[in-house]
Amino acid sequence: MAEHTATHSAAADLPWWLQPAATVTILTAFGLYAIWAALQGHGYVAPYLSPFYSPPVTIAGIPISPAWWVLWGPFGFRATCYYYRKAYYRSYFLDPVACMIPESRRRYGGETAWPFIVNNVHRYFLYVAIIVLAFLWRDTVETFFPGGHFAVHAGSLLFLVNVVLLSGYTFGCHAFRHVAGGNLDCFSCARGGRLRYGLWQRVTALNQRHAQWAWASLFSVALADVYVRLLMAGAMPDPRLF
Amino acid sequence: MSDGGSRGTAVEARPEQARWEAAPPGPRAVATFQVFRGDRTGGELRAYQVPVTEGMVVLDAIHYIQHHLDSTLACRWNCKAAKCGSCSAEVNGRPRLMCKTRVDEFGGQPITVRPIKVFPLIKDLVTDVSWNYRVNKEIPPFAPAPGDAGPWRMHPEDVERLFEFRRCIECFLCQDVCHVLREHRGTDRYYGPRFMVRIAALEMHPKDTASREELLHGKGGIGYCNITKCCEEVCPEHITITDNAIIPLKERVADAFYDPWRALLRRLRGRKEPRGT
Ligand code: SF4
Ligand code: SF4
Ligand code: FES
Ligand code: FES
Repeated sequence: MAEHTATHSAAADLPWWLQPAATVTILTAFGLYAIWAALQGHGYVAPYLSPFYSPPVTIAGIPISPAWWVLWGPFGFRATCYYYRKAYYRSYFLDPVACMIPESRRRYGGETAWPFIVNNVHRYFLYVAIIVLAFLWRDTVETFFPGGHFAVHAGSLLFLVNVVLLSGYTFGCHAFRHVAGGNLDCFSCARGGRLRYGLWQRVTALNQRHAQWAWASLFSVALADVYVRLLMAGAMPDPRLF
Repeated sequence: MSDGGSRGTAVEARPEQARWEAAPPGPRAVATFQVFRGDRTGGELRAYQVPVTEGMVVLDAIHYIQHHLDSTLACRWNCKAAKCGSCSAEVNGRPRLMCKTRVDEFGGQPITVRPIKVFPLIKDLVTDVSWNYRVNKEIPPFAPAPGDAGPWRMHPEDVERLFEFRRCIECFLCQDVCHVLREHRGTDRYYGPRFMVRIAALEMHPKDTASREELLHGKGGIGYCNITKCCEEVCPEHITITDNAIIPLKERVADAFYDPWRALLRRLRGRKEPRGT
């Protein structure tokens, strides 16, 4: 609207580029690692199934890594997540790279145009992610029963931490907050309103730390896969704790 | 929540000398202020040396300049208590309320004060924010059901979400920082974060029956917001603009326009589904 000589769009607090640079570095590194792990074609050593390969899906006649049948779900979930959207709009698309920093892109459609309009279906990726999460919980429980007897190994604890972090991330999702109760205008008059109000409050508590859950679970999922691969390579033992 | 309307007008100078004259004599710290002087046709930063007093805020310095150095400097203010939202400006490149920005936080560095960029400049630090009042009029107001004029008994769980939205003082700092309005000059496409807050307060009100989803999706332009949260970072009332207003509204717009399952349900039921099913 107004173009006057009064304002130069230069923020004083530097370095504004630090956060976007860190985001690009970490997300790119994670993406490359995930592709590499998926290309390996396997990710299991008893009793640990890599989270990149769970649930294990193979379709006869299609010789691709089972990871590809799974990864699109969690990938889509994160790619359309409101928090990651903020992170990548800022750091990959510089839209804006930081507040009050000028942008060079002339055409801007935001989330009204392809491809980012797709982000409006985030809820469907949430549904897929919840299914995947259920399998990850099953896998985690199984790691506590190697050979049919209860035992606690370092790996099972790592898997437990990972699945807890993933649950905190998944159930703190804005789309989940919406279906849990955010879509109600009147809790006191809706069917099951009290229950949904309680649920909405709990989801809100998780949601307030959504960014932290997002990063922590990203690291933990990569760490769980690294752990499985190190065990597969025989590079380290899996110490029993109890 | 204010609905706009009268605001302090652009003033050249206000007699507030008593405070300055009462300042103790002797050597005092002096801060350099670079203040924008000019109008729509052009302008420049002009430097002023202002003695620093304890607890001084940027608005005090602007008043000092008006009273002692240059009475033609224009600024808008009203309450000096961070409540009227009039004294918005860009202080060292950041949208701030001048009356809430302490001089000592800059540690002796020069302090640059410019008018907010998004709205047309009138003079010096005063901009024309009337676009916001026009947008406000386009939003359907609170609409209780016919015959349900109140008084109502409200349940805390139904209204607690709304309290933070009602803290808005209409300073328009969020509008100034929003890159859709600021960098992409999107005032013809997007209402801006302040009005997302207003619409959220109306849409989530348990007694409101109007629907503003069509407006949000169309002229309101919620799809242009890419939730990058600069608005939230500058809000002096600490309103969680994106997480609690814009994103919940985006989810409601997704219900209405982007969710094939909900569209099917609506079609099967032959009517608009009630909210929250
Ligand atoms: S989050 Fe949306 S409304 Fe807020 S500054 Fe960013 S684009 Fe503008
Ligand atoms: S939402 Fe916050 S920043 Fe925006 S106008 Fe209201 S008080 Fe100011
Ligand atoms: S908003 Fe982040 S997972 Fe849904
Ligand atoms: S003068 Fe009222 S908010 Fe600053």
